[in-house]
Amino acid sequence: MSKQINVALIGNPNTGKTSVFNQLTGLNQKVGNYPGITVEKKEGICKLPRGVKAHILDLPGTYSLNTTSLDESVAVELLLNKKDKDHPDVALVISDVENLKRNLLLFTQIKDLKIPAILVINMADRMSRTGISVDIEQLEERLDTKIALVSTRKETGIERLKELIADYKNLSSKPNVDTTVIAPEYFERLQNTFPNEDLYKLWLVITQDVNFMPIEKTLIKDSTSFATKSKSELKRLQQKETIVRYQFINGILKETYKVDANAAKGFRATLDKVLTHKVFGYLIFFFILLTIFQAIYEWSSYPQDLIEGFFASAGEWVKNTLPSGAFTDLIAEGIIAGISGIALFIPQIAFLFLFISLLEESGYMSRVVFLMDRLMRPFGLSGKSVVPLISGTACAIPAVMATRTIENWKERLITILVTPFTTCSARLPVYLIIISLVIPEGRFIGLSYQALTLMLLYLIGFGAAILSAMVLNKILKIKSRSFFVVEMPNYKLPLFKNVAITVWEKTKSFVFGAGKIILAISIILWFLGSNGFADDFKNAESIVKKRIETNGFSEFNKASIETDLINYNKSLQDSIWKKVYVLDASAIADSIQTKKAILEELAQNQEIASHKLENSYMGYAGKAIEPVVKPLGYDWKIGIAVLTSFAAREVFVGTLATIYSVGGGEDNTETITQRMAAEVNPRTKEPLFNLASGISLLLFYAFAMQCVSTLAVVKRETNSWKWPVAQLVFMSVFAYIVALIAYQILK
Amino acid sequence: MGITVADLRRGQKGIIKEFADDLLPIKLLELGCLPGNQIELVQVAPLKDPIYINVNGSHIAIRRSTALQIELEMIEDNHVL
Repeated sequence: MSKQINVALIGNPNTGKTSVFNQLTGLNQKVGNYPGITVEKKEGICKLPRGVKAHILDLPGTYSLNTTSLDESVAVELLLNKKDKDHPDVALVISDVENLKRNLLLFTQIKDLKIPAILVINMADRMSRTGISVDIEQLEERLDTKIALVSTRKETGIERLKELIADYKNLSSKPNVDTTVIAPEYFERLQNTFPNEDLYKLWLVITQDVNFMPIEKTLIKDSTSFATKSKSELKRLQQKETIVRYQFINGILKETYKVDANAAKGFRATLDKVLTHKVFGYLIFFFILLTIFQAIYEWSSYPQDLIEGFFASAGEWVKNTLPSGAFTDLIAEGIIAGISGIALFIPQIAFLFLFISLLEESGYMSRVVFLMDRLMRPFGLSGKSVVPLISGTACAIPAVMATRTIENWKERLITILVTPFTTCSARLPVYLIIISLVIPEGRFIGLSYQALTLMLLYLIGFGAAILSAMVLNKILKIKSRSFFVVEMPNYKLPLFKNVAITVWEKTKSFVFGAGKIILAISIILWFLGSNGFADDFKNAESIVKKRIETNGFSEFNKASIETDLINYNKSLQDSIWKKVYVLDASAIADSIQTKKAILEELAQNQEIASHKLENSYMGYAGKAIEPVVKPLGYDWKIGIAVLTSFAAREVFVGTLATIYSVGGGEDNTETITQRMAAEVNPRTKEPLFNLASGISLLLFYAFAMQCVSTLAVVKRETNSWKWPVAQLVFMSVFAYIVALIAYQILK
Repeated sequence: MGITVADLRRGQKGIIKEFADDLLPIKLLELGCLPGNQIELVQVAPLKDPIYINVNGSHIAIRRSTALQIELEMIEDNHVL
């Protein structure tokens, strides 16, 4: 078998490079990271004619080999380093027929590196509409290369491209432009000092702004003596080089590239006029945001319900099918519950990335950046921070992933760090239950106090994000050259295949990346909650049974059994009255007796579960942290709920349901609310959930970093534990202090 | 200092004369923002920042601070070419 051909895709952003990659590889691709950095690495396999296989690497988009970002330097590094295992045998330079001139700049640079290069001219389908004609044969000759004219939209030209790749050995690897003309003496000296090195490579190494990592370190060290020219002088040389290249390109294109000036250009101009308009632009953006918000918030609740239901019944099924024991419990309550916790986020993530990729593919996203940049700048954020911040109101996980579009590392880091302050949907159930407990029902100019409180909490979340961004902007000493050049690409109809692949890849990387950690934490939580040291835990059943025999059920359960039975009796009498069915007195008594037995068994099971939890490791932990949470107005039970919420906030309600052992499981919020309202502080004899402790809880949840999944994603995106740990500590300490102050003032 | 890109109004055009600052991002040059090329102002965001231009066929947005560095020769008439 012949060896695989290494192919690198390189090209300007917005040329459809990813579309070409998708066409070549299909779903035969995998997305990872370059070792040690957060730059995304996309690679795939493509079958070529005559049984040859190609390994295709999709390099980050770049305008030239003069790098300005980490992404771009990855591309250059690979092209310079012959020893890299991915060093390409052949480079495909992807260009867009409408911006051919600019794309050719990069092409001439690649040719100067003496790497065989094929020029791929994409978007051929737009030629007739934009009145462009290209003399391919002559262009091939002048550029000393082979050209593939493709349309990824119409899926044409791909076969010829594959042929060309397979024949890469026939390609010329001679440079196009002699750049030494810009400073002949300088280059001569350089060549004399390093007779074995390639001049253009030397030049690249000398002029780079970005500090290259491992490439030929010795080369850099020795060549620094040639950087003696002042920085601005080097810049001027680079400028000259660019001009020389453009002169060459202009000369060629004059003969081979014709644009009919009469062809319609109005579409773009008209759309731009509306979408970047001072008033309409913002209105349109606002409506798009509303739609996204609605989708993530509302539409995804349907698949989420299905997922929840599916895993709940899967857990039940396992419990009923497998022999009961610790192993079955681990599967049903640890693993299945954990996987369910991961799967639950899938609809939200998929929806968010569906919208983001539609907005990006269509070219609209650049317009949002344009509209918002100035408004975000005072806070150390950029126009590109808007989308993550907004999507954070649904879920911080996809929001953090969406920051990848921000090139400036400092702006991106600040965005990642402050996004978890925005009120995500997992906080909502906590807010709702506490608000209904402690905020009175009155109205203020037609608005209910409860709704106002909820709105206030959303505003507090945004405020905290913006203000901490401002603070971080001041204290973070990160040098990243802050310039802002955003291309405003032409509007395009998004390609279904690209959108589908993006959604699939992002969702997959969440499930397997963050998912692992969520699963691990769920299993740990399950273990801590279902195991205990002492006999108190092991003999929970007999202890509770004995207690019920001697003292009866807890006050709450007693009362609830009583009301349930009265209601049951009523409905029974009602049915008899309506002649739904006929029963004699003894049958009625029997039926009530049966109902009572069922209710009592339920109550007993709940009290056992409650007793177990109280004496589990988790219960001990709750009691251990009680001194810490007492100043905030919480008891050990709330303490446990807060503690488990560090895995995920939505666990709060479920944990309280287990602790207070109320019927109907987690879904029965009404009963939980009643039960919580009845809870009394043993010292003060006042309700445990009062205005002071309630507000304190609300504020704690508003600020604390209680989401393992987000931490996991932040770790992945920043590639270090430093930032997620800082986030966890800072946000949680801040939350504690605010909650403390609130409680101490209000109590 | 002469006229810069920041002085253009919507639809106005100019020819790039020179750059006030050598440290202008090289990316801008590569996108075609070079002396002798024509710049057209497409749109300005509220607060006059950023500025959306068409230079040499490249449509790009730059911040005002960058635009102030690009000096121009105005093309008075909008119907050139």
